[in-house]
Amino acid sequence: MMKEKRIVEKVKQSKTQPKSNRSIVVLKLVGLLSVFLAIIISGFVIGTDHIEANMSAKNLSPSLMHPFGTDWLGRDMFMRTLKGLNVSFQVGLLAAAASAVIAFLLAVFASLNKWFDHLVTMMIDLFLSVPHLVTLMLISFVLGGGLKGVVIGIALTHWPTLTRVIRAEIMQLKTAEYVHISRKLGKKRSWIVKRHYLPHVLPQLFVGFILLFPHAILHESAITFLGFGLSPEQPAIGIILAESMKYLTAGKWWLAFFPGLSLIFLVALFDAVGNNLRKFFNPN
Amino acid sequence: MQISQLIKTIMLRMIKFFSILIMVIVLSFTLVSFSPVDPIQSYLGAEMMVVSETQKEQIAEYYGLHEPKLKQFFKWFSTFVQGDFGVSLLYRQDVLTVIKERFSPSFWLMSFSWTLSGVVGYVLGAIAGMNEGKMVDRVIKTYSFILASTPAFWIGILFLIIFSVWLGLFPIGLGAPVGMLKADVTWFDRLKHIVLPALTLSVVGGANIILHTRQKMIETLNSEFIRFARAKGEYGFTLFWRHGFRNTLLPAVSVHFATFGELFGGAVLVEQVFSYPGLGQALVQAGLHNDVPLLLGIVVFSTAFVFIGNLMADILYTVIDRRIKPGETV
Amino acid sequence: MNILPDANFFQKTMPQTEKNEYLLEVEHLSMTIERYEKGLNPIRQAVIRDFHLTIRKGEIIAIVGASGSGKSLLADAILGIQPKNAVVEGVLKYNNEPLSDKKKKELRGKEIMLIPQLTNALDPLMKVEKQVKSFLKIKNKRKLEEIFFQVGLDKKAMKQLPANLSGGMVRRVFAAMALASDAKLIIADEPTNGLDEEAANDMLRLLKMLAEQEKGIIFITHDIEAALKIADKIAVFYAGETVEIVARKHFIRGGAHLRHPYTKALWYALPQNGFQPFYPFQPSTTENSRGCQFVEHCPKAKTVCKERHPDLKTIHGGDKVRCFYA
Ligand SMILES: Nc1ncnc2c1ncn2[C@@H]1O[C@H](COP(=O)(O)OP(=O)(O)OP(=O)(O)O)[C@@H](O)[C@H]1O
Ligand code: SF4
Ligand SMILES: [Mg+2]
Repeated sequence: MMKEKRIVEKVKQSKTQPKSNRSIVVLKLVGLLSVFLAIIISGFVIGTDHIEANMSAKNLSPSLMHPFGTDWLGRDMFMRTLKGLNVSFQVGLLAAAASAVIAFLLAVFASLNKWFDHLVTMMIDLFLSVPHLVTLMLISFVLGGGLKGVVIGIALTHWPTLTRVIRAEIMQLKTAEYVHISRKLGKKRSWIVKRHYLPHVLPQLFVGFILLFPHAILHESAITFLGFGLSPEQPAIGIILAESMKYLTAGKWWLAFFPGLSLIFLVALFDAVGNNLRKFFNPN
Repeated sequence: MQISQLIKTIMLRMIKFFSILIMVIVLSFTLVSFSPVDPIQSYLGAEMMVVSETQKEQIAEYYGLHEPKLKQFFKWFSTFVQGDFGVSLLYRQDVLTVIKERFSPSFWLMSFSWTLSGVVGYVLGAIAGMNEGKMVDRVIKTYSFILASTPAFWIGILFLIIFSVWLGLFPIGLGAPVGMLKADVTWFDRLKHIVLPALTLSVVGGANIILHTRQKMIETLNSEFIRFARAKGEYGFTLFWRHGFRNTLLPAVSVHFATFGELFGGAVLVEQVFSYPGLGQALVQAGLHNDVPLLLGIVVFSTAFVFIGNLMADILYTVIDRRIKPGETV
Repeated sequence: MNILPDANFFQKTMPQTEKNEYLLEVEHLSMTIERYEKGLNPIRQAVIRDFHLTIRKGEIIAIVGASGSGKSLLADAILGIQPKNAVVEGVLKYNNEPLSDKKKKELRGKEIMLIPQLTNALDPLMKVEKQVKSFLKIKNKRKLEEIFFQVGLDKKAMKQLPANLSGGMVRRVFAAMALASDAKLIIADEPTNGLDEEAANDMLRLLKMLAEQEKGIIFITHDIEAALKIADKIAVFYAGETVEIVARKHFIRGGAHLRHPYTKALWYALPQNGFQPFYPFQPSTTENSRGCQFVEHCPKAKTVCKERHPDLKTIHGGDKVRCFYA
C-alpha cells in the first residue's frame, strides 16, 4: 500500500517562468523596425550614380560584387532593388496615411447619426463591390497614371476595412458603461472624446495604418507592373519586374527573383510589425 | 418556410446589387469623363495624323462630344442599361461580344484555380487548426502569411522561370500555340497553356482560405459539442469527420465564395504574366489604350462577378444560420 | 503546492477491507490553467487543488459548489478531456487500476460517461437520433425506443436538429445517452439545470435508478436540496478544493454535524434554515497562493489560516473536513 506509485498525468512544466510575452513583442518590434529602417535609409543614401549604366558589367549573374546580379545595362540590381523598395515605401506611406485619414473621418462621420451611418455603410459596400485592382486601374487611368494616380488610387480603395474597424470601435465606446457614466456626470463632449474615445481609437487607427502598408505596397507594385502606375524611369519594383519579363527566356532569372523576394520581405515586415503592434495594444 | 426565407434574402441582395451597380456605373462614367484622355484621339489612334480637322469634327458630332456632360451621360446611360455597352475602340467590336469572348478562357482559368485553392486550402487549414500551436500549424501559418505578402505576378514569374524556362515543361505563354488555327487547337494544347496560370492563381488564393478554415476549425474544436463528443470516446479522424468537417466545410466554402474580387484581380495579373488571352488582359489593354467603352464594360462586368460570389456566400451563410438557430421556422 | 501525500494517508482513507469496492479513487488531483489576460503575461491559475474523492458502485456522490468553482473542469480532469492549456496532476484509479491518460481515452464513452452541463453539447448539424446512435453498442432498435420512452422523448424529436429542441428535451437526450451506454461511472454535470420541478425530479429519479443498477454517479450541482434528495455523500467544493465531505445523514441534521464554515454558511442559506444569503466570491487563485482558500470570508479565521494550507482530515463517522479549527 505504501509503495503506491503516484501516477502523474503530466510531468510538471519547467520551473522557469516563460519569458513574458510583452517583452517578446517589444523585442520583436525593435528588431523588425531596425531592419526596416536600414532598408529605408539605405534607399535614401543611394544616389543615382550607384545605379548608372555600366556597359562593362552587363548581365552578370549574382556574385559577391553584385549580390543581386546586374541588368542589360550593367546596373547593379541590388542598388536598384533598394531604391525600388524605398520608392515602394514612400508610395505606401503616402497612400496608407491618406487611407487612414479617410477611414478615420468617415468613421467619425458615421458615428454622428443614423443617416450618415447608412451613407458610410453604403459607400463601403460600393467600394467593396468592385475588385480592388479594377477600381485601382480605373482611377489610375482617369488620373493619367504616374505617382499621383497610384497614390490617390490606393488611398481611395483601401479605406473600407479600416473604416469598419474604427466605426465598430466607436459604436462600442458609445454604449460603454464608463462613457455613459461620464456623460451622466456632466462631462463635456470634448472631454469624453479626449479621455475615452481617442485613447481607444488612436491605437486602432495606428495599427490599421501600419497594416494598410502591405496592401498599399502590393497594389502599387501590381498596378505598376501592369503599366498603369509609376513611369518606366522610376526605379519601382513593379517596373523592374515588368522589364525582367523580357529577359526571362534568356535565363536572366535574377532580374526578377531578388527584387520580388525583397518586396515580399518588406511587405511581410510591415505585416509582422502591424500584428505585433496589435498584440501590444490588445492582447486578445 | 426555409425556402421562402432564402428567396427573400436573395431578392434583398438583388435590389441592393442593382442600386450599387447603378452607383458604380454613374461613378465610373463621371470619373472617366474627367479623364484627360481625348476621346477622338483614342478612337482614331494612329490614324490621328491622317484625319482632317473636319473629319474629327464629324466624329465628335456623331458621338455627341460637344453636348453637355449631363446630356451625354443620359444618352450613354440609356443605351447602356438597354444592354448596349457600345463598341470597343481597340477591338472594333461590340463590347459585350468582346467580354463574352474573353471571359470564356478567364472563366476556365478562374474556376480551375478557385476549386484547387479551395480544396488544398481547406485541407491545409483544417490540418493546421487541428494541430494548433504544433509544428505543422506553425509551418502552415507561416506559409500563408508569407503567401499573403507575395505579389501574384511574382509567383507567376517564378513558375515561368522554373517550369517553362528551366524544366521546359510548359509553354511560355498565350492561351494556345502561336499561329495555329482556332479549330486546330486541341484540348491538350489548351490544358498545357492553362496549367501554369491556374496553378499560380490557386497558390495566391490559398492564404485566405487556409487562415479562415484554421480559425473556424479551432473555434469548432473548442466548442461544447466537441468536448462532449470526446467525452463519448470519439477521437482522431472519426471526431474530425463526424463533427469537425461538417461544421467547418460550409463556412469555408462561404468564405471562399466571398473572395471573387481577389480572384478577379489575381486573374488580371496572372493573365498579364502568362500572356493568357482572357478578360483581364483585355482590361489592361483597354486601360492602356484608352478604350473607354470596353473599360467601363469590364468594370460593370467585374462588379456583377463579385456580386455573384458574395451572393453565393450569403446564401450559404443563411443556410448555415437557419440550421443552427432556426428561429421562427418551427 | 501542497500535494505531497503524508506518510500514512492511504491507511487513513482506505481501510484494507474496503479497498476493492472503490469504483473510482481520486487523490491529490490538481489542475492548473495557463491563460492570458491584459498585459500579455500568462497567468497560471490553479482551478482544482488537492482534490479527493472515492466512489463505490451504486453510490451517488454529490459535488456541490458555487458557479465557477471548477466543477465542470473536475469532470474534464476525470475524463481526460481537459483544455489544452491545462495541466492535470494527481493519482486516479479506476477499479483499482491506475487511470492514465491512455486508459481514460479507452474508457470514456464506454465505462465512464458524461452528462454534460451545457445544452449546446450536441452537434448543431447532426440529427439527434444519429448522435445518440453513433456511439452506442446496442443497435437494437426496440431497446433504443424503450430508452427514449423512458426518458420521455418522442420519435419526432429524434428526427430533429438540436436547435429545434428545448433545453429540457436536450437534457433528456443526454440522459438517454447515459442510459443507453454501458457506463459504470456516470458524471452528471448539473443535469437538472433549467428544468422545471417535475422534470428535475424525473431526472433525479433516473439517476437514482442508475445507481440502483450498481453504477457510480458523480452528481455535480449547485443545488444542495437536489443533492440531499438522492446523494449518499455530499462533497462541498470551494475554489477548486473539497472543503468537506459529509454523509447525507449527517448533512441533513445540519448544525454541529457540519464542520467547515463554508458548509455551514451554505446550510444556513437554505430556505428552511433561515435563508441567510451568503455568496462569497471565488478567490482567483494563482498557483502559489498559500493558506486556506476561505480565509477572506471566514468568521473563524486565525493567523495560521493565512500561512498554512489545511489538509483534508478525517473526523468521526468517516466525514472529512479541510479546516484547522473544525
Ligand atoms: N478552458 C478554460 N480556460 C481558462 N479558464 C477556464 C477554462 N474553462 C473554465 N475556466 C475557468 O475555470 C473556472 C472554473 O470553471 P468551471 O466551468 O469548471 O466552473 P463550474 O464550477 O462548472 O461553474 P458552473 O456552475 O458555472 O458550471 C472558471 O473561473 C472558469 O472561468
Ligand atoms: S482553516 Fe481557518 S480560514 Fe480556513 S475555514 Fe478553517 S478557520 Fe476558516
Ligand atoms: Mg460547470
